[in-house]
Amino acid sequence: MKAAVIVFPGSNCDRDVAVALEASTGKAPLMVWHRDTALPAVDLIVVPGGFSYGDYLRCGAMAAHSPILREVKARAEAGTPVLGICNGFQIITEAGLLPGVLMRNAQLKFICKDVFLKVERTDSPFTRAYAQDAVVRLPIAHAEGNYYADAATLDRLEGEGLVAFRYAGADGSVSAAANPNGSARNIAGIFSENRRVLGLMPHPERLAEDLLGGSDGKVMFDGLVEALS
Amino acid sequence: MSKESAITPEVIKSHGLTADEYKLVLEIMGRAPNITELGIFSVMWSEHCSYKSSKKWLKTLPTTAPWVICGPGENAGVIDIGDGEAAIFKMESHNHPSFIEPYQGAATGVGGILRDVFTMGARPVANMNALRFGDPAHPKTRHLVNGVVAGIGGYGNCIGVPTVGGETNFHASYNGNILVNAMTVGLARADRIFYSAAAGVGNPVVYVGSKTGRDGIHGATMASAEFSEDSEEKRPTVQVGDPFTEKLLVEACLELMATDAIVAIQDMGAAGLTSSSFEMASKGGLGIEMDLDAVPMREEGMSAYEIMLSESQERMLMVLKPGREDLARSVFEKWELDFAIVGVLTDTGRMVLKRHGAVVADLPIDPLAQASPEYDRPWVPGVKRAVIDAAEVPAHEPLAALKTLVGCPDLASKRWIWQQYDHMVMGDTVQRPGGDAAVVRVHGSNKALGITTDCTPRYCLADPHEGGRQAVAEAYRNLSAVGARPLAVTDNLNFGNPEKPEIMGQIVEAIQGMGEACRALDFPVVSGNVSLYNETNGTAILPTPAIGAVGLIDDVNKTASLPFKQAGDSIILIGETKGWLGASLYLRELCGREDGAPPPVALHREKREGDFVRGQIAEQNVSAVHDVSDGGLLVAVAEMAMASGIGAEILPPKGVALHAWCFGEDQGRYLLTAPASQVPVILEAAHQHDITAQVIGSTGGRDLTLKGSGTISLEELTGINEGWLPGFMSAPDANS
Amino acid sequence: MKAKVHITLKNGVLDPQGKAVQHALSSLGFGGVDDVRQGKYIELELSETDPAKARASVEQMCKSLLANTVIENYSVELV
Repeated sequence: MKAAVIVFPGSNCDRDVAVALEASTGKAPLMVWHRDTALPAVDLIVVPGGFSYGDYLRCGAMAAHSPILREVKARAEAGTPVLGICNGFQIITEAGLLPGVLMRNAQLKFICKDVFLKVERTDSPFTRAYAQDAVVRLPIAHAEGNYYADAATLDRLEGEGLVAFRYAGADGSVSAAANPNGSARNIAGIFSENRRVLGLMPHPERLAEDLLGGSDGKVMFDGLVEALS
Repeated sequence: MSKESAITPEVIKSHGLTADEYKLVLEIMGRAPNITELGIFSVMWSEHCSYKSSKKWLKTLPTTAPWVICGPGENAGVIDIGDGEAAIFKMESHNHPSFIEPYQGAATGVGGILRDVFTMGARPVANMNALRFGDPAHPKTRHLVNGVVAGIGGYGNCIGVPTVGGETNFHASYNGNILVNAMTVGLARADRIFYSAAAGVGNPVVYVGSKTGRDGIHGATMASAEFSEDSEEKRPTVQVGDPFTEKLLVEACLELMATDAIVAIQDMGAAGLTSSSFEMASKGGLGIEMDLDAVPMREEGMSAYEIMLSESQERMLMVLKPGREDLARSVFEKWELDFAIVGVLTDTGRMVLKRHGAVVADLPIDPLAQASPEYDRPWVPGVKRAVIDAAEVPAHEPLAALKTLVGCPDLASKRWIWQQYDHMVMGDTVQRPGGDAAVVRVHGSNKALGITTDCTPRYCLADPHEGGRQAVAEAYRNLSAVGARPLAVTDNLNFGNPEKPEIMGQIVEAIQGMGEACRALDFPVVSGNVSLYNETNGTAILPTPAIGAVGLIDDVNKTASLPFKQAGDSIILIGETKGWLGASLYLRELCGREDGAPPPVALHREKREGDFVRGQIAEQNVSAVHDVSDGGLLVAVAEMAMASGIGAEILPPKGVALHAWCFGEDQGRYLLTAPASQVPVILEAAHQHDITAQVIGSTGGRDLTLKGSGTISLEELTGINEGWLPGFMSAPDANS
Repeated sequence: MKAKVHITLKNGVLDPQGKAVQHALSSLGFGGVDDVRQGKYIELELSETDPAKARASVEQMCKSLLANTVIENYSVELV
């Protein structure tokens, strides 16, 4: 599997996701600087976390309008899987690849901690290696992860099975108490209609090694390798 | 301020220069200085830049060891961590700005210490912070905690360097002078360290980073002045941080450092362009000529005085090799940062500044630097406090006392703070905040660094000498407790007004104590910072010589952490327990007394025990390790239990004063856990090393039982421990 | 010509920052504040001199970057 990681000024999880990808694929992904307009043929495009453009104006807004994002959008429309993590999720929603928007956390603070997620769908290249309804542990680290969309959009996402992950308790129960940021319907990650684009706030690359406290994130990258090689 | 400003006694005083110092200025100049020149003298001779009160004593600290590559005097200290790699680190205060504007003050404090580290060629890999706030009941405390924590997070999170730990205390002495001490650790190739001494007459002097505005003018002199009630009006001089620009600056500098273009580099911290240009020329024994018109400016009509004294953030000054200007320019343009050639190195030994084509300042560098005042300020030794006999201290019911202690502001969980810091970015955080020391893997290797910050200010007040020793010893212990070999320390000395002999006495004695401990533990000081005049209306803070320390773990798979790992493990206490209650938290929180001599540190034992504990970790004989510090033995057991959700039963020895045994703060102690099968091995090894070790209980269940005194559920204890800070911060008058 | 752009959250979109400001005001003793909505204010210096063209161009800027129309409204004032 050949992967590309898009790097913006202010990206700061680009190296982390590259390390995790390399651990699963055996080769280093291509790092693509935001000013590049040409994107070589790849099997997976990752828009990493961080603070692109300092999160100024709105998180992800300026990166969403960069030339490289037009190219990412075109690839996504042609079927190349795109993974947006944290700030990457914010960027691809701002760019219109996914519906909705990530607003300021309900308690207004940046929050960095492990959360439990319920896996809602496994028929995607990103989630195929998880068990249906499995509970996985991944870290979040954001101040703007409060997923918002109007009720009709939320109903459509749920109706069409486009919710990828929900914040849950360790037992898999989806409740207000397990919602770390006020996200609508506990949504932590969503798919595009063809389930080839995934945006999520938690960081799979941060728990992809037992030494760092867990490897539930590695399952996602291993699954991608199986699906896309 | 215009060039024509007359140099009146008021102007001299407002620049923080004494009459004697001004006399020296006249001597050096051979004429009256103009306002720009006076401003330059003022910042270069400020306490902040010159260390004039503390220099004499700082020189007594040990600063060398075979593994020290660069000690104090550069932007940060550098130590060899093997395999051609170096760790670069320093801790620095941003106390006064953080009190005036907590978010920006703390944020720019983090930005400044990060620059100190990447200026030397290191990629920053970890941030820590040591925070001291006033009484929780003081009306400003909540607002300050909120702003400082948000500011530290706002800067560190954005730039993408994990904030992996620290410490937070509350005490009324900090009501008007909070302490924000930030530490950064970076990694570099040992043969690619960058220094600040300029070299090469004719070489270009280059300015990079953000533009210069009017922010922070006179911050360095402000940082060296005592507060009075009207300080709150100083708000306009506080600078604003831009972590996004700094992230670009890190990447641009590291990219340029990979080439051979840079001769010398210095960040523009306190006192901005003045101290950076002055220090580079001074260290290189050269002169410097700068055309201030070339400095990128954010505001119009800035005078030479303002340009030289601005503390705008995210700026660097460098000397390039001739002919490398275009290469450097292309790197900085790629990262969309300002780049300007502002001057040239000369052989005149003078600093010459031009503005609008005219010379606006011309002063000799060496005489100014060498005449930098150094005071031998009068000091008096502290009055020794009486040793408190535990028998005289009321014996509260131990489990009730434990509840009080784990819920008191100093011991309550600081999760509310560190969850606002990204402590995982960069993917090498092996031990997250909440343990004895953070463990951060050296990227791409099997090694790791242990990092800690420590100081117990109430001991330092009780006996600055013993407190200085204890701060170093505790850092040594915390590193040992995670299996890291302690290598070196950075110090951040926070005190009151050194012109008062009793405060100067605290400074002298604390430094002497630190020096003793550093020598005994082979633990040299490689960098540091001094913050004096932390007084409001004549009341000083507790003496707070904060220690930041770094240790090396050879195999990242062989570390220890404090949570219990499984039921049925034995709990072993290392070290001697006499039940020392003087200056303890028990005495303060349960008895309302802040008196008594602090527990003494036995340095010879400290080293032996540290070696022993690290040995047990390396041999993987132990399942958990925690040092015993604030609050004593029972608090340490409770911390291990709460962190794991596994309970314990503790069996106190017969014939001891139970409250003293549970809560005494005797130094040099650790708790280890191990499966029963390993216990004889550990006890035998302890015996061979002449170390006191005894089994005091075992792990299991969901409760903490103190045999003979009762049982408390972990759920209740954890609720108390985790509840205090969020409860405090969400109280009705919290600022948003 | 200068354009003043106000960006506000749409009605019905929760504004936690506004709520926090309202809370803080009431704890400072300012009663009678029924609701607070926080927004952004952006000033643009334009070289365009024709008001109609300037407005059209700024509205385009709002739609494509300055505001996220999923949750935000904008208004443009030319001076």
